[in-house]
Amino acid sequence: MNAKSSAVALFSLLPMLAGPAVSQGFAGLGTDAEGFSRPSLGTDLSFPKDHGAHPDFRIEWWYLTANLSASDGRDYGIQWTLFRSAVAPETGTPTEGWQSPQIWMGHAGLTTPDAHFSAERLARGGIGQAGVLAAPFEAWIDDWRMAATGDGADEFDALSLTASGPDFSYDLTLTATGPLVPHGDAGYSVKSPQGQASYYYSQPFYEIAGHLSLPDGDVEVTGHGWLDREWSSQPLSETQDGWDWISLHFDGGAKLMGFRLRDREGAPFTSATWIDPDGTPTPYGNGALTLTPLEETETSAATVPTVWQVEMPGRDLDVRLEAINPQAWMATSFPYWEGPVRVTGSHPGRGYLEMTGYGD
Amino acid sequence: MRRAALAALLSHWRRQPLQLFTLLAGLALATALWSAVQAINGEARRSYDSAAATLGISGYASLTDPAGPIPIATYAALRRGGWTVTPVVEGRVLRGEIRLNVVGVEPLTAPDGLLPVGLGSETGAAPLDVLRPPGLGFVAPETADDLAGIADLPRLITDPAIPPGRMFTDVGTADALLGKAGTIDRLLILPDQPANRPPLETLAPGLTEVPPQDQGDIARLTDSFHLNLTAFGLLSFAVGLFIVHGAIGLAFEQRRPMFRTLRALGLPARTLLGLLLGEVMLLALLAGGIGIGLGYLIAGALLPDVAATLRGLYGAQVRGVLAFDPLWALAGLGIAQLGALIAAAHGLETVRRMPLLASAQPRAWATVSARALRRQALAGAALVAAGVAVALLADGLIAGFALLGGLLLGAALILPRLLAAALGLGARLARGPLAQWFWADTRQQLPGLSLALMSLMLALATNIGVSTMVSSFRLTFTGWLDQRLVSDLYVTARSEEDARALRAWLAPRSDAVLPIWKVDTPLQGAPGEVYGIVDHRVYRDLWPLLNATPDTWPAVYENRGALVNEQLARREDLSPGDTLSLGGGWEMPVAGVYSDYGNPIGQAVVGLPALLDRHPDVSKLRYGILTSDPTTLRRALVEDYGLPEANLIDHGRLKATSLQIFERTFTVTGALNVLTLSVAGFAILTALLTLSTMRLPQLAPIWALGLTRRRLARLEILRTLALAALTFVVALPVGLLLAWCLLAVVNVEAFGWRLPMFVFPLQWAALLGLSLVAAAIAAALPTRKLASTAPSQFLKVFADER
Amino acid sequence: MRIEATGLTKTYTTGDGRLPVLTDVSLALAPGETLALTGESGSGKSTLLHLLATLDTPDAGSIHLDGTEITSLDDAGRAAVRRDRIGLVFQQFNLIPSLTVSGNLDFQARLAGRHDPAWSATLAKRLGLADLLDRYPEQLSGGQQQRVAVGRALAVRPSVVLADEPTGNLDESTAATVLGLILELVAETGASLLLVTHSEHLAGRLGRRVHLSGGRLS
Repeated sequence: MNAKSSAVALFSLLPMLAGPAVSQGFAGLGTDAEGFSRPSLGTDLSFPKDHGAHPDFRIEWWYLTANLSASDGRDYGIQWTLFRSAVAPETGTPTEGWQSPQIWMGHAGLTTPDAHFSAERLARGGIGQAGVLAAPFEAWIDDWRMAATGDGADEFDALSLTASGPDFSYDLTLTATGPLVPHGDAGYSVKSPQGQASYYYSQPFYEIAGHLSLPDGDVEVTGHGWLDREWSSQPLSETQDGWDWISLHFDGGAKLMGFRLRDREGAPFTSATWIDPDGTPTPYGNGALTLTPLEETETSAATVPTVWQVEMPGRDLDVRLEAINPQAWMATSFPYWEGPVRVTGSHPGRGYLEMTGYGD
Repeated sequence: MRRAALAALLSHWRRQPLQLFTLLAGLALATALWSAVQAINGEARRSYDSAAATLGISGYASLTDPAGPIPIATYAALRRGGWTVTPVVEGRVLRGEIRLNVVGVEPLTAPDGLLPVGLGSETGAAPLDVLRPPGLGFVAPETADDLAGIADLPRLITDPAIPPGRMFTDVGTADALLGKAGTIDRLLILPDQPANRPPLETLAPGLTEVPPQDQGDIARLTDSFHLNLTAFGLLSFAVGLFIVHGAIGLAFEQRRPMFRTLRALGLPARTLLGLLLGEVMLLALLAGGIGIGLGYLIAGALLPDVAATLRGLYGAQVRGVLAFDPLWALAGLGIAQLGALIAAAHGLETVRRMPLLASAQPRAWATVSARALRRQALAGAALVAAGVAVALLADGLIAGFALLGGLLLGAALILPRLLAAALGLGARLARGPLAQWFWADTRQQLPGLSLALMSLMLALATNIGVSTMVSSFRLTFTGWLDQRLVSDLYVTARSEEDARALRAWLAPRSDAVLPIWKVDTPLQGAPGEVYGIVDHRVYRDLWPLLNATPDTWPAVYENRGALVNEQLARREDLSPGDTLSLGGGWEMPVAGVYSDYGNPIGQAVVGLPALLDRHPDVSKLRYGILTSDPTTLRRALVEDYGLPEANLIDHGRLKATSLQIFERTFTVTGALNVLTLSVAGFAILTALLTLSTMRLPQLAPIWALGLTRRRLARLEILRTLALAALTFVVALPVGLLLAWCLLAVVNVEAFGWRLPMFVFPLQWAALLGLSLVAAAIAAALPTRKLASTAPSQFLKVFADER
Repeated sequence: MRIEATGLTKTYTTGDGRLPVLTDVSLALAPGETLALTGESGSGKSTLLHLLATLDTPDAGSIHLDGTEITSLDDAGRAAVRRDRIGLVFQQFNLIPSLTVSGNLDFQARLAGRHDPAWSATLAKRLGLADLLDRYPEQLSGGQQQRVAVGRALAVRPSVVLADEPTGNLDESTAATVLGLILELVAETGASLLLVTHSEHLAGRLGRRVHLSGGRLS
């Protein structure tokens, strides 16, 4: 094992991406957040400051997914993620140069109904190769970039987005048509019955336009995007070994964020946020949402559920999610499933599904 | 019935433990040598593959700033512009008595092959400790010993693949150790750059691109070495099979009465054949298992030399320890089965065709009539002719090996006839009854010994052939190194400006500064490279030309002609006077041909003005320096001029190291030589032991007529020595032919160059001595037995009851 | 006396214990005398012949050949006695297969340094081998082979010829011819002859006969 793969292993400690084998392999980083800041209930989010990095927390990400379609109706999905992780606590002024404890990782994905492309970048912090600035907002790693274009009241209201891999690239503009949405208790999102938590908010109201470059040629696309922001210092609890996460755009204009943390030793922990078309969030605690796998697909790396039933009796919600491309494995240093879904049933629409912890 | 029959068949081996031992040992030895060579080749090839996959730092093109170190911001700007580059910082630091050569790489962006791999659980270091203070430093074990107890260092992890005196570490750790204050010495340009990245000038003006250093010239040379290892394995196997063939043949002959009885008692011929086949396969399984174990030991003993060779040549990380590959073991068992079946084929065929009422009397083992000898010799001659015909009619490596195989096997088949003729001549020339009897009787022994002698001939011929090739190879290689490494120091300037400064600086401090400027350009339409050279006597003095005219050097220096390497000349059939196309419509007459061992591609050398005329923009960064004191100049270049260590190669040291490494490589060949000869010696021993039981009736009358047993024993030893010496006489020309085949046919077919052949009579003398010693040792045991045979044993020969 | 053997005793040790083969055997042979030694199978005839031929040594007793004690000689001395003074003829002929008839005929004489081409030629002629000189033993009949063996024994002009069932492997008429030749040539050279046989008929043609029974002479 070399340092590069171990950096990736470190990222796998992120709650969303945790695998049981890895979290036990690095016990020193296990559940202990010694020296790092911890999320606390009742802390107000503050913008644009919180759009930027929080180096005193162990882990953080800027996570954009988008359901796109071409003029011929063909479905596409893209993912753009920048992860930050600190190998040691950093408080006060961030360290410049090689000695910075920050490590950055970028993942880009592009899904079509019959193909899935992915790419990965790694960079160390403190040297300018990767980073995030709050205002004017800019997040980048190498030549991948997500940056404010200067329009709108909030830094997140208008963004440009680029990323590329060996066989694909995309160049998109994002325009928000609604407000930022905090999850949980005003942005304090609980992740387990033991109380692990993170700060978590979203901008789920993006209208997107731009073009994708694929081996077959360029495609002009439009669609909806969803940007997640989350930071924390506490990984999953020891017995949680994977995560199923959804973000859904219903045709009526409402949105739903939900996740299910699978527990080796007990019932899964679920959480959800219902977002009205005007952006008003309603948080739901453990048990309000149920996610039920209906069909599984054998992919290159693992067998994963790619058809789901999602129910939320409190909202009279009963929909079926179906992967647009069941083979949407991210062929990154550690693999996970991330791809667009079609939503049918009581609330039809589109959305994104992420599943971790199904491989070895 | 089958069980009873099998038990009866197997009971033979209980009564003939020596025969069983011979059979098992022969097959096991054959399998062992074959498997050992396979294992060594396999392990080495895996290492080559990984060496090819993991280019060292010098294998990458890089960016440097002639003005000095590169700021981190420039690195970030390049990365943000889409350039996939990775930083390297390097320098020396004094710790205690040690001047440590520190190389820092950036683990998150460096290609995997560049990073040390020694982060197993046994080191107790977590991988991320690389990035966490105080960091990890990867050093050779001996360096770690030297640094023990010295403070202010990263935690040391040992990795034998790292050259002594060097430390690989994280770029941040190196930065702190070397006080680089956040600057980078160079940026490696990784393969697979995006297509439409912005040009270097807009992102990082001031940086210049340095091409990667050539690698692999010497690696290609080792291909030839492996080819010969394979040939060795094959020959050892063949020699082993002679032993097995003899043992199985004897066992079948001796059991003829038993076969007849079994069949008379109602065992069908087919079942008998099946049982015998089963017996052979069972024995082969046993012998194969032993052989694989032996082969593993042999390979394990020889591998460190091969591994050291590779490590020295490439700096590649080579396991000196053999990995056990189950597939390899299976292949070994398979080859043992195959060998046993080949060796038993004749015996099995005889049994198949044996009529029920065949004579139960065992025929004298391997009694071969003069006619049979002639037939065999004719078959041998036909084999040789077929090999030659294939080589003449077909091209390619297979044809080369067909020639080798035909030659060796044919010569082996002809050997008994030649020996018979020589012994007949001896008998005619002999005076005195004992001498006459000696020659005549030796000739009579020939059939029984011929298999063993054939295997000795094969071993000797191979030995002569391979050692001639290796020694020729060594001589050639030394010359080649002299040719290629004419300069004492090689430097790469950081920029054209730096190059000018360097030339000015070097002018008063060296004997000569020779530009090494080359362009990659098609030669006769295929990828090639053209070098420009200045007029300097070292080229005239040292470059050995294969095909030259008195006008060769004047033509090159007057820009009227080009030298081409042997590969190009052979491939395109070029000789002096022909026109060479150097790409872009540039044409020049060929002035001469030079040897260029190991280079896979075509190459041409022209006068420097001619090159500059056609390619004014050629990279002018690399120079060879002639100096009487490379050590001082080297230090001055680094300490006074400020040239980074990495831009300097001391080829004097490289040459010495290369030669040392090749010597070590040859020890492997030497060991295999000895092993093959031992197998042949063993073949003689077993043949003599078998014969000794049949010798008594032949020797008893001589004893009765008035010779002492001691004298008889001396004559028996002398007989074996005479046969070995005669065999050597036959083996010598065969071995030289073999060497010629390897050098002039196989090498040319395989690699496109021909190695000149040199002969080494002292080696032959040593080998003759060795083969006589081997024969004497083989003859010693049966002869001791003879000398101490009780007279009563002799008397039995005369007894009525016989 | 040509041969004077006194008190010869020989015992073989076998798996079943000690087996006395000869017990206190004394025997004398005058120059030119021909003696037949008869006896049952296993009576010790061959052993006695082997002792006299220095092929084996007795446990007790002495043998004088032309006045020389030969049992106490070393290996080389005994070999010299065999080479120079004894002619041996065996039932199995025991020719040297790698040598021609001529090579076999001359072999012992040349070994002893006493090769006489004229005598060899005479012998070959007398034995009817003159046309067979270039043949190898395997190309000869049994009678021819034994005639070569007789010639080889006599070529050295030995003091004594020791023959062990020389005609045992031959048919009756060939046997008579061969024995006749032996007797003739022995008489011409003045050698003494000890012939081991179990045939009363053959024994009758010799000058004297002794019978060996249970390891004792009678």
